[in-house]
Order: sequence, then structure tokens, then C-alpha cells
Amino acid sequence: MASKANKPKLLEKGRRRDGRALDELRDIRIKAGVLNNADGSAYVEWGNNRILAAVYGPREVIPKHFSNPNGAIVKCRYSMAPFSSLEGHGRSGQNRRSIEISKVIKDVFENVIILGEFPDSEIDIFMEVLQGDGSTRAACINAASVALASAGIPMRDLVYSVSIGKIDGEIGIDMDMIEDNYSDADMPIAVSPRNNGLLLLQMDGDLSESELKKGFDMALEAGKRIHNIQREALSEMYKGV
Amino acid sequence: MSGIDIVKSNYVKEIIKRGERLDKRGAFDIRDIKIENNPLFNAEGSARVNLGLTDVIAGVKAVIEEPHSDTPKEGNLIVSAELLPAASADFETGPPGPAAIELARVVDRGIRAGRCIDMEGLFLEEGKSISLYVDIYVLDYDGNLFDACSIAAMRALMNTKLPKYENGEFNMEDRSVPLKIESIVSSTTYGKFGDVIIADMNAEEEAATDARLTITTDGKAVKAMQKGLNGSFTIDEVERLVGISLKKHEELKSKMES
Repeated sequence: MASKANKPKLLEKGRRRDGRALDELRDIRIKAGVLNNADGSAYVEWGNNRILAAVYGPREVIPKHFSNPNGAIVKCRYSMAPFSSLEGHGRSGQNRRSIEISKVIKDVFENVIILGEFPDSEIDIFMEVLQGDGSTRAACINAASVALASAGIPMRDLVYSVSIGKIDGEIGIDMDMIEDNYSDADMPIAVSPRNNGLLLLQMDGDLSESELKKGFDMALEAGKRIHNIQREALSEMYKGV
Repeated sequence: MSGIDIVKSNYVKEIIKRGERLDKRGAFDIRDIKIENNPLFNAEGSARVNLGLTDVIAGVKAVIEEPHSDTPKEGNLIVSAELLPAASADFETGPPGPAAIELARVVDRGIRAGRCIDMEGLFLEEGKSISLYVDIYVLDYDGNLFDACSIAAMRALMNTKLPKYENGEFNMEDRSVPLKIESIVSSTTYGKFGDVIIADMNAEEEAATDARLTITTDGKAVKAMQKGLNGSFTIDEVERLVGISLKKHEELKSKMES
């Protein structure tokens, strides 16, 4: 959280800096099957976020001793490009933040991929944040979901993800970078829409019990729209095939 | 997982789904917590915590550093965790892996979001502030490292006495300035087995659980949460567990203060 001294006003008459209502998502565009070499891929424009997700596999496990005769293992890498932020130059490669995010995203996809179909195999999910503007892990999960489906990997569900936040004391969804920096709480979730199970849940800041409830309600409502955009991207990919 | 491990974990799962536990605890009973204050004296503050058979120690070192450019008038808090190979046959040597990094970052977020430390109070003068390094060592593993490490870090900070700042440096002969603690947070970690949820899993339970949820509160509001493993929680379950964590806070807080 950035210092409060130069905090901009995030809400004016119920509208956010970019004119959105609290329960409104940014513009989302998803294109599936954008890479040639990868078995599956997706490119996501989510507000100013630009995310590329690629899926390889199921393929042979390297190194071999990690392989599991009962099913596929999932490897996940979330990373932010050095040029992805407005300010400064990030270091390429993994840091503590990206290692943790990669781990919690791996937990999400291990739940939905039908791992048992691919013993002794690995499925790799690479998520590259080419441009970041807040809620990047949510955008990456949405991209990876579509990339996995486009690779033809059998899944129980098409997961979506959205962030819930407290902006100038009010509950809202899909925070951009400035809102995230000055928010009173940040709670990204990933949901399996068939049963609304929470596959990813992280939170820090300050939320009362009623605010928590309100945030979940808003996120599930927005999730319907995200889910539709994901499905459309996939059917678009097969048009003309 | 070997064949024996799978049999064992299925057995643990079945017992818990029946509403029982191997050690006869109730679903939300937390094992005995023992806290040793300042077992180390080179550190500015330390605490050793036993949660059942889990044994962790946290040490705080204060270092004068340049403030971060985005917080020029504040100090720093850096929390790390090490899963020592001494603590379990499953822990390997080498730099912290994803599990240790997740553990440290969850503890860190709880303390930070709970505003436990007055970060502005760690500012010394232009270009100089105090960085608090909290390092948590896991010495012996029997489950629920999230809560054990959170208690150890919190208590080590409560035990911290900073050296006097004189003529631009620390006077290590005079470590008499207690670190100001603004708020105490407590974390409770739950595991899910089918539809049954329990708190404070031991190692056997942790190896068998489908999903894990850590909730950190200050007794009034939720300050941090982290779901782990590949199972899922329903929204109703999360809301119910938040209520339980909020209620458990006083008991945990008084343990930490004793």
C-alpha cells in the first residue's frame, strides 16, 4: 500500500477515476489460439492489462523423477515483463511475489484439470504480464483458463477470476493499479462456476463480515460476464475450422 | 506419495469425515500453545513457539537502511521463513521454495494489513529508517506452520527492544526502546475434508486435507486471508470461518500477551 499523503480521490459521486461504477468490470477482450508453437494460448486485454498465456503439454516430465504415475503434474509460471509497469524498470525473472502467485494459480488449475488422464506427464502454464495495470493475477487466470481449453486439455470447468477491493471505503471489483495502490483492501478470487467453489482466495487490508459478503456477491455477478467472454473466445477460435 | 502414505491419508480423511480426530480434539480446538519469550539475546526480539509438536523460533533484527523510495518517511518490515531440513524428512536444503515463500508472505501480510507496527515511527532522519527483519525458523514440523509462525513473528515483535539511535548510528549497548505495537493480529488456519472443516491441522491431517484456509483478524475485521491447496471452499464456508476466527481472536491474543 502506497503512502496516504498523495492519495488521489478514487470515487466521485459513486464513479471511479475511469468513470466505472463500483461493480463494473473494465473492457475485456480475449483471443484464443494466438501462438503457433504452444499447444494452447490466449491473449487478454483487460483494461490496460496485456496478458499472454501459453500452455504446453501434456508432455514428458522434466526432470523425470518428478513424474507421477497417478496423473499429470502442473507447472505454473506467472511473471511480469521488465517493461510492464509505468514506473521504473522491473527485474526480469522470478521474485518472491511472482513465486507465490505462481503457486496459488497452480493450486487453481490442479483442481479443474482432469489430471488422472495423463499419468507421468506435465502440463505447463506460462503467464506473461506484458503490461500490468492492477488485478494482473485475475487477468492471468482468465487467460490461462482459455489457453488450457484451447489446448484441448480436459477440465471440469472453465475457471474465472476477479479481484474485489475496498476503494475509498466502498466495496468494488476489478481494481486498476492506482486503485489497488491506495485501496483499503484487496481480495482476488478464482471461481469454478459450476458450483461457485473458491479455488483461489487471497486478501489483505480490512474487511468487515458484511463487506466480505457484498464483495462476493458483486464478484459472482461479474463472473457471469467474464465466463461468457471466455466461452466466446473459444468458439471464435473454432469458427471457420 | 507412496502407497502407505495414500492408505494413511485415506484413513485420516475417513476419521475426520466421521466427525472425529486422531488426537480426540474437537473440530475447532487448537492444540496447546507454549511461548518462550526472548530465548535469544543477540536478536532485538525473539520468541519460540510450540503449537502441539510444531516448534518454531522467530528472531527480529533491526538495521538502519535507506527508506524505500515510495515510502521515504517510513521504515521497513521484511518477513522470511526457513523450513529447516532438520524439521522434517520432507524439507530439503537450498533457498526457500514456494512453500516457505508463501508462508512468509502470508505472515507478513497479516502483520502489515493489521497495522501492527507504526511504520512511520521507524523513520529516523532524511534518508535513514529502521528495517525490521523478522526471520522465522521452523525447527520441528507437526502441521499448521501458518499459525505457529504468525504467533512467533507477532510475539517476537512484541518482545523487540530497539537500540538507541545516537549520532547517526545504533548504540548496541543500550537496547532499551520497546518497539511500539499498535495492534495484535491472530491467524487461524482451517483444513477441509469433504464437507467437514477443522482448525489447526497436525502433520498427518495436513497431508490428507483437500484445501487450506488461513484467516488473520484483529477481532474486529478480517485483515488477511489465503487459500491453499487444490480443493475449494464455498462462500458460505468462508463466511462461517471468518466468524469463528473473529471469535477466537481474544483467546489467541491473550495467549500472545501472557
